[in-house]
Amino acid sequence: MAESDRQLLEVRPEALLEKVTELKTRGYRLVQICSTTLKDCYEMTYSFSIEYDLLNLRFTVKAGEKVPSISHIYPSAYFYENEIHDLFGVPIEFMTVDYKGRLYRTAVKAPYKLKQEEEGGGPK
Amino acid sequence: MSTRSVVPFGPHHPVLPEPIHLDLVLEDEKVVDVIPSIGFIHRGLEKLVEKRDFRDFVYVAERMCGICSFMHGMSYCEAVEHIMGVELPPRAKYLRTIWCELSRLHSHLLWLGLLADAFGFESLFMQCWRLREKILDMFEASTGGRLIFSVNKIGGQRRDMDNAMLHGFVEKLGGLEEDLKGITSTFLANSAVNSRLKGVGYMTKKMAQEYGVAGPFMRASGIARDTRKLGYDAYGDLNFEPITSTEGDCYARTQVRVRELFQSIDLIRQAVAKIPEGPVAVPIRGFPKGEYMVRVEQPRGEAIYYVKANGTKFLDRFRVRTPTFANVPAMIELMKGCRLSEIPMLILTIDPCVSCIER
Repeated sequence: MAESDRQLLEVRPEALLEKVTELKTRGYRLVQICSTTLKDCYEMTYSFSIEYDLLNLRFTVKAGEKVPSISHIYPSAYFYENEIHDLFGVPIEFMTVDYKGRLYRTAVKAPYKLKQEEEGGGPK
Repeated sequence: MSTRSVVPFGPHHPVLPEPIHLDLVLEDEKVVDVIPSIGFIHRGLEKLVEKRDFRDFVYVAERMCGICSFMHGMSYCEAVEHIMGVELPPRAKYLRTIWCELSRLHSHLLWLGLLADAFGFESLFMQCWRLREKILDMFEASTGGRLIFSVNKIGGQRRDMDNAMLHGFVEKLGGLEEDLKGITSTFLANSAVNSRLKGVGYMTKKMAQEYGVAGPFMRASGIARDTRKLGYDAYGDLNFEPITSTEGDCYARTQVRVRELFQSIDLIRQAVAKIPEGPVAVPIRGFPKGEYMVRVEQPRGEAIYYVKANGTKFLDRFRVRTPTFANVPAMIELMKGCRLSEIPMLILTIDPCVSCIER
């Protein structure tokens, strides 16, 4: 993702809220939140846009590590966060609307979670 | 003091072509809270990318939904093509643009029919779907399929359209344009129709921005943003401006989609006039490695396709953020304060595609 109309910034999870607040102040809208299952962690990508420019914030979290919700900054974020919780099993803290794992009716709980978690080897 | 009651809405309901469940919390006739529940048609298609050859996955991508199937397949291909550094032949870009705009016509006509059906105007519903058949016939003539086309591949198109066919389509669209004028005057000027749409589900421009909504739902609240202005495929060569309205209600959303029908016909005319000769595909070699995010304007709004590839024939991640997914939180917020009888109109005017939400 290296074009003039898009940027990718690596952030630390603890700096997420500060950075997102700054983007909100600068007039960015939330475009999406995406989680990707890597070998031993989850890669979280938050996409924001102003006019037609795209800015992505990225960090990784280990299994069981909590991610702060940005839903009190961007009200629609809770829908993405509940999806990530339900499909990946990433715990998201302080969502403004928390469906407690009942947004998606999947036969398998957190079907996209890490393999190590499936085998019970992840952090407790 | 009014008592609270919960009315389950869906998963099967006359206005819902696909299943979504909403628990509507009511105080008398007024909705005070909404709790959605999805996943009835979650198929885990994104996960399949880890087990299907990236070239074959085009067929999975386009089966995400039956309405935007062409754009799903195309956008997946564009993400992979970008990662592999494939430069598409100009004719393939124009073909993609023409099929995209035909898909928009098909989607908007389908939606107008569903809207007419929802407010009980049976003959108008049938008129809309009769006109939609003409678009489906064009799909069948040009691709062999009416909903799932399978004409996209990594590196271009599997089929070409000759000039006689393209000019024949333009002629047919001229006739369709005249027919559309008849039905659109009913949607926009009929007092019975307007009484169901005007003043219902009003969303301010500020709220549209705050909730990051997409497509006609957003443009009906006065935000002039259309992802086609990024100039992907042949859109950079075509002359158009985003269609907006400032009313922000269900009527405005209908108005935007109606005007987009005529815009799509105009874009197809422009594309047919400018389409260059040449090949429609280039060969690809090797496997993709890297990541890319494609943005396209689907009939329902901006869609995001993210692909992460690891240099093998299987991809690490394929993620789609569809416009309906972006629009649901705002729809839920708008429902609060509405009367129960207004809920079907409000749901319909975001043009929900549940298959797209759940994938």
